[in-house]
Amino acid sequence: MRTPKLLLAMVLALVTALFALQAGAQGLTVQIVNGVPSAIPITVVPFGQQGSGPASPVDVAQIVGMDLNRCGQFRTLPTSEIVQSPTTGSQIQFATWKQLKQDYIVVGTTSYSGGVLTANFQLWDVNKQQMLLQDSIARQGSDLRRVAHQIADQIYQKIIGVRGAFDTRIAYITQTGFEKTAQYALVIADSDGYNPQTVVRSHEPLLSPAWSPNGQELAYVSFESGDSAIYIQNIATGARRLVSARPGINGAPRFSPDGKKLAVSLSFRRNPEIYTIDLATGALTQITHNLSINTEPRWTPDGQNIIFTSDRSGKPQLYEMPASGGVPQRITFQGQYNADSSISYDGKKIAMVQGNGNVYRIAVMDRSLGGQETFVSPGNLDFSPSWAPNASMLLYTASGGPQSVLYAVSADGRVRQRLMMSNGDVRSPAWGPYRNP
Amino acid sequence: MNATVRVSVVALLCLAAAACAKKQEVKPTPPPEAPTATAPAETNGAFTPADLQTNPCLRTRVIYFDFDKSDIQSQFDNIVACHAKYLRDRPMARMTIEGNTDERGTAEYNLGLGERRGNALASALEADGASADQIKVVSYGKERPVCREHNESCWHLNRRDNIVYTVE
Repeated sequence: MRTPKLLLAMVLALVTALFALQAGAQGLTVQIVNGVPSAIPITVVPFGQQGSGPASPVDVAQIVGMDLNRCGQFRTLPTSEIVQSPTTGSQIQFATWKQLKQDYIVVGTTSYSGGVLTANFQLWDVNKQQMLLQDSIARQGSDLRRVAHQIADQIYQKIIGVRGAFDTRIAYITQTGFEKTAQYALVIADSDGYNPQTVVRSHEPLLSPAWSPNGQELAYVSFESGDSAIYIQNIATGARRLVSARPGINGAPRFSPDGKKLAVSLSFRRNPEIYTIDLATGALTQITHNLSINTEPRWTPDGQNIIFTSDRSGKPQLYEMPASGGVPQRITFQGQYNADSSISYDGKKIAMVQGNGNVYRIAVMDRSLGGQETFVSPGNLDFSPSWAPNASMLLYTASGGPQSVLYAVSADGRVRQRLMMSNGDVRSPAWGPYRNP
Repeated sequence: MNATVRVSVVALLCLAAAACAKKQEVKPTPPPEAPTATAPAETNGAFTPADLQTNPCLRTRVIYFDFDKSDIQSQFDNIVACHAKYLRDRPMARMTIEGNTDERGTAEYNLGLGERRGNALASALEADGASADQIKVVSYGKERPVCREHNESCWHLNRRDNIVYTVE
């Protein structure tokens, strides 16, 4: 019974591999799963080389194109159909690109000397034959791909009107081995899965990474001492501090939007309740009081309320209450099981795990549309949704296959990109905040 | 580009092969039969650490739960009873109960559910005369499965409390 299924999986893997790129030795393989015919057509012409220095170590135009493709709002012209190679506006023959039904075209050049990558680019509206954007971005050091992500962010903002989130990072947990050979790691990478860096390694489970609002620290749960404990670790220095190792569960850490508090779920008083910890003083404030499981606290963007998961009504559902304490109001009424929410930057969209029977999918509830819900993942075992800071995309864990993988999915659920590890599981993604250039 | 694609193809082939190999490694063992040891309350004398290796009831260190439930099923009553007697007979003995869930549900909610299962066993042992000081509960939620297939026979094996004696 199993063999045909596995063979099919291998064939599919080979087919999709044609679109795959390896993100580095311990990194993730990145695959675009599907595209959207209705997305905005844009051409990113391969950048020309400026000067006589060495070639750019990164293909800026290719990275820009991949970024625009995977967000779901754009569709780039395949390289094989790019018949002319303008590198500046004066070289663009607009009739050609009109015929190819392109709305926008990006042209540019790179130079690389003394370890500095400089990219000059222009964004043109094909129909109006008008330049919309022109900039020069330079960067030195190891993360030169950021030059391309920043160009993609500018293009995204110019056309969509919302800040781009390509030049951001993600955190996730990896697991290799199983039972006694299990190895866990907390890893951060660029938003496209490249440049992975291990933050923590452990022989015991790690879970629930959460970014500080300034992107400099990660809170997470580690079982390294045998029990669950919550740590906050500085990414640049590696310095970390123990925030809570009380008896019982120390779980579900989330920084408040101002970075001054951590909301957590602790069970040292018998059942898991939501608390906030003042990070300057360590003062602990219990905000839920109900003999059920209360966990997965999420701050609303204004820091005023907390949305959390509770099974006080029988099955897990989402509730909302003031962060200072008060009466929780249930906010989810569709589906048997709603948990592990992620709130968009504007507070309008709440992504969650919705379970019905044995099928768990990522659902998005739009509060600006009267709580209308749509599914953005196919199931069957999809968990841990995490919004990009501009809510254009979501990351989530798909654990229903032979190994657990991540997907980045456009907010409308129409474009999905798979991020997988060649030899293990990836899960618990957390999309980081905007970065300073 | 071509080189990277080739690397990926190889990686995926390895992956598929690894998946096949893994399948065999983690083949679930059938759930153990409830031991048919005589009721421990009737055994003569006090348990000693040697009994942990030889007594069929004490050697059973796992009990299973129904989906999303944390009540101890009656088929495990004799296991609760013999471990409670061991803790009564040996006041210096210490036990950690590890609560676990299957993969359905979120990681953090399942930490709560695993703890509920651990607490249910701890309460049953205490009701049977064990001291609360002797028992510690740790929930691993869904993080430590013993079986990785996505079906009920596997999920059943993962919805469990493991009993670990830290001091015999």
